Amino acid sequence: MNENLNNWEAVIGLEIHVQLSTKSKLFSGASTNFGALPNTQACNIDLAMPGVLPVLNEEVLKMAIKLGTALSADINSPTSFARKNYFYPDSPKGYQISQMDKPIVEGGYLDIETESGTKRIGVTRAHLEEDAGKSLHDDFEGQSGIDLNRAGTPLLEIVSEPEISTPAEAVAYLKSIHSIIRYLDISDGNMAEGSMRCDANVSVRKKGDLELGTRTETKNVNSFRFVEKAIQYEIERQVHEIESGNVITQETRLYDSQNNTTRPMRSKEYANDYRYFPEPDLLPITLEKDFVESVINGMPEMPNEKKERFVSKFSLSNYDADLLAADKGIANYFEEVVKISDSPKLSANWIMGELSALLNNENLNIRDSKVSSDKLGQLILRIEDGTISGKIAKDIFEKMWVSGKEVDIIIKDEDLEQVTDDDEIESMIDEVIANNPQQLEQYKSGKDRLFGFFVGQVMQASQGKANPKQVNEILKSKLKE
Amino acid sequence: MALSDKELKEISYLARINVKEESFSSLKKELEQILTLFEELNEADTSSIDAMSHPLDLSQPTRKDEVTEENQRDELLKNAPSVKSGLFIVPKVIDGEA
Repeated sequence: MNENLNNWEAVIGLEIHVQLSTKSKLFSGASTNFGALPNTQACNIDLAMPGVLPVLNEEVLKMAIKLGTALSADINSPTSFARKNYFYPDSPKGYQISQMDKPIVEGGYLDIETESGTKRIGVTRAHLEEDAGKSLHDDFEGQSGIDLNRAGTPLLEIVSEPEISTPAEAVAYLKSIHSIIRYLDISDGNMAEGSMRCDANVSVRKKGDLELGTRTETKNVNSFRFVEKAIQYEIERQVHEIESGNVITQETRLYDSQNNTTRPMRSKEYANDYRYFPEPDLLPITLEKDFVESVINGMPEMPNEKKERFVSKFSLSNYDADLLAADKGIANYFEEVVKISDSPKLSANWIMGELSALLNNENLNIRDSKVSSDKLGQLILRIEDGTISGKIAKDIFEKMWVSGKEVDIIIKDEDLEQVTDDDEIESMIDEVIANNPQQLEQYKSGKDRLFGFFVGQVMQASQGKANPKQVNEILKSKLKE
Repeated sequence: MALSDKELKEISYLARINVKEESFSSLKKELEQILTLFEELNEADTSSIDAMSHPLDLSQPTRKDEVTEENQRDELLKNAPSVKSGLFIVPKVIDGEA
């Protein structure tokens, strides 16, 4: 495929399914815990036994209201449920309870950062629906095994406008949604476990064309990286097909991450074969104003608000503030560190530098950091007040990571306090100069770069504890003598 | 309103009802009568009326987010014609969505 992609533009819309982190299911009191033994978390309602009725979980309404508010969207009241009819063994009712005409969230947007600046992506709607069970096709001698633990788990499907133009923008949008659901604590957003799933609607058209091309829907994309790769593949495939004189069929495709391809799954022959109709078992839901307001009042500060506050309150750069604010855990950790260190920039550097490196090394989340925020705050405080040098601080940090000890104890136990006494530094310098007469001579005859040699020797003599700035100053005047 | 054989087949497929060819003509007549009634309803001007999704003028009661149903697997699997390793065993259906 070596078509000139520059002549083409892609039109991308994302449908994101977010599994809501409720304790119980959307319409039943069965548990939603991940990883339980098959069918131990399914009850009469999930199995669609005759005579059962769905009872709505109040928590999902709160979660949807929070998401809608974070996306600056309207909250529909009344909002109502509809039946989406299809037959599949992992859906015992023969239909999925979803929302059609009156989704709980409608008409919002999200601003994402792109190479060419901030771009606003419209969010068409977000609606509540129930998840299906799982079919296992192996090991049953030509039959399938059905596990209904997941059946009835609440999902919020967030549908974007087709306003995304590149795979990178799609990832930025997805990451932004991920950050928001984590901030709101409405889902764990774990893509590998399927708590957040993404389908991508992709079409291409010649640059400048107004009419949309035929779109395909790519399913089964379970990581940020795969979203980017799957969309890129699909754009190139469509351009190749069209330039070879073929037409694009409207179809659902599956992404195969091992071979980085997409392949057709099933064609949407009848666009309306789901035969939606209002769910007769559930009344429309009127959301009382007080209820909605109390939910909104209980919302935490959102990533974009936090970012702006970090910039204005702590004078951080946009870049630093964006990185820190994207993850709620990191943002909280940062603020706790600053409370003690009173040095935002240095704290930001340490969190995104040394701390991130060790966390990544051991594949740990910030919540599991072996150095707590107050301990890192103390360490930075000791750099700021001159007790230790930045270089020694890095060694101490690694020791704190391993031993869990506090900075002051390590400094005391290992005698690592920075030497800032002029006289003490001077005597170390005198000794170094006396021990290196040859280098001194060469320096005096014009070999300036030997200055670095002397600094190194003094630092070594002090075991890295001498204040480098003072060493420089005193050494300079000494060598002039 | 006339219904084609193709449409009738499509509807019976979607509803998973096996309709025999010989009953097509009588079934079609009945369905067409029903559709005619809807056509009649369509004539009413409803432009100023909000769509009603439920005849009761009430709001759906909700429940607290609590786990009230414990493991009932043994009891529930008793109803199934075939089970294995705690799973319901059914004829294999692969819709591409394996």
